[in-house]
Amino acid sequence: MTRRPFATLAALATALALAACSSAVKLDDPAPVENRGAGAAGSAGGAAGGASGAPIGSERPIAQVTVDPSKDPLNDPNSPLSKRSIYFDFDSFTIKDEFRGVVEAHAKYLVANKTRKVVIQGNTDERGSREYNLALGQKRSEAVRRALASLGVADAQIEAVSFGEEKPKSTGSDESAFAENRRADLAYQ
Amino acid sequence: MPGPVKRSRRFTPTYNPATMKRLLRLLRLLPLLAGTLSLLGGPALAQMRIDVSGVGATQLPIAIAGFVNDARAPQDIAAVVRSDLARSGAFRVIDPQQTLSDTAPVDFAALRTRGADTFVAGSVAKLADGRYDIRYRLYDAVKQAPIAGESLVAPEADLRLAGHRIADAIIEKLTGEKGVFSTRIAFVSKQGNRFRLNVADWDGENVQSPLVSPEPIISPSWSPDGGRLAYVSFEQKKPVVYVHTLATGQRVAVANFKGSNSAPAWSPDGRTLAVALTLNGLSQIYLINAADGANARRLTTSNAIDTEPVFSPDGRTLYFTSDRGGSPQIYRMPASGGDATRVTFGSSYNVSPRVSPDGRNLAFLTRRDGRYFVGLKDLGPGGNETVLTDSGQEESPSFAPNGRWIMYATQQGGRDSLMATSVDGRVKQRLSSSLGDIREPSWGPFLR
Repeated sequence: MTRRPFATLAALATALALAACSSAVKLDDPAPVENRGAGAAGSAGGAAGGASGAPIGSERPIAQVTVDPSKDPLNDPNSPLSKRSIYFDFDSFTIKDEFRGVVEAHAKYLVANKTRKVVIQGNTDERGSREYNLALGQKRSEAVRRALASLGVADAQIEAVSFGEEKPKSTGSDESAFAENRRADLAYQ
Repeated sequence: MPGPVKRSRRFTPTYNPATMKRLLRLLRLLPLLAGTLSLLGGPALAQMRIDVSGVGATQLPIAIAGFVNDARAPQDIAAVVRSDLARSGAFRVIDPQQTLSDTAPVDFAALRTRGADTFVAGSVAKLADGRYDIRYRLYDAVKQAPIAGESLVAPEADLRLAGHRIADAIIEKLTGEKGVFSTRIAFVSKQGNRFRLNVADWDGENVQSPLVSPEPIISPSWSPDGGRLAYVSFEQKKPVVYVHTLATGQRVAVANFKGSNSAPAWSPDGRTLAVALTLNGLSQIYLINAADGANARRLTTSNAIDTEPVFSPDGRTLYFTSDRGGSPQIYRMPASGGDATRVTFGSSYNVSPRVSPDGRNLAFLTRRDGRYFVGLKDLGPGGNETVLTDSGQEESPSFAPNGRWIMYATQQGGRDSLMATSVDGRVKQRLSSSLGDIREPSWGPFLR
């Protein structure tokens, strides 16, 4: 039986392609955590003593600063900034009056803190097309983005994105779950 | 990807088309078999299960003997051929309870007694280089003569593919329908918080996962050459469109603009992707270079949502979903830009357009009474919109490359599963999986 060289070559190519096919790309290695920038790390202010004379040890004073996250108004549970979710009615993309205060508080904070950036993540319930739901989620995040922009927040500080139906907060398939998922979240970066 | 190598055609077919047509006409008169044909697919370790229900308008009775397998090849090739042909709905597969080589004499009288009009026998032999030589012969049992046959050479990993190739040759020979048994599908699975992009044989067997991620993956779409997949991944905490070369694992983020990037669709020449971007607020349709994402140009300009673009097979027309008229409907426009015209009217929610490979039909998702079905529309003048499915939780239709099947996502027992329906709605196949929730099917092209 004669074997055609083409057959051998093609089979070799198959073997190579198959070997390559089996290499899956994994994405679950956690990104390394970098601690950069001024943000939370304490700026150690020197508290110089004003006494005359020279008590021993006074030439090397150290004043302790304790970082208190509750001092950032974002983390104050009593601040309207602690509310990060805006809920929408069925098939609706307008911000309801009850969430105006939340949006205004975040706008004020972002105007006062030009280095802070926020991503607005739109969500929908699970019914219908995933891609159309992605576009509907964007319509919700875009409504919040526009509201913030109209209150003076710079474009560079805001990004509106959508998770569509892909990252439901509630996984049920009833009206209360659907309502929970008709939502835009503010995620500070 | 190259498959088994077709080495030689060993017979001159003595097949007579007139005889076959007469045979087909007779078969149409047979009463239709009702009920459900349940098949456990493939080898014992199979992760997928397929249930077939319904039968085609005609069913050809075919007997398929076990292939003589002196080489102890680790794959029962005759079983692959049998299940492919049975699942197509176009055959009534008879097990002749025998193993017969392609060169052995055939007892046609016994086959006729069992009701077989056609018969397949074959053999598997190991070659010196470790590959397998698979031979089969297809007989007309009425005329008692061989009508087709072939020798295929395949490495061990491609033995199932060899079986699919044989089934493709048989269905094309006997029905004229181009087989899709050797094509592949892509789909997404979710198990716990782990998402996988998967590629499998058409029947869900032979699953490989080119991408594993802790974040969602949606909208896989095959490049026309079958070598790359475009999809949307949320691994950067927002939707970004990637093009992934399957053989190397190379990935390019082709659309990673501010906002959301989604809904990739290949142009027929494989050079351009249509995508939905949100650079100006709501989703609008743009074209980008498939290789590197460069040269983004906006195609639609509406104050509404425009998304889910898909090219017609000739590349001239773009179908897409838009709610510019108040409800989400399918529109079409020239792929070079211009005015859009509305295509669907039968409900207040018609989305996810997919054009059939011949350009004549449109499959889509339609909402009726709060439930979601796969619809089909004849794109000719005055073509109606029909509903093809019945469970009411459908999503993501995808045409087989021969246009005879539509695969889609649905639910069963609270879990996402995949189904395929023949375009006439008569035959349905359900794929359930040990991979958890399976969804977002995309049927790949014919391999060249």
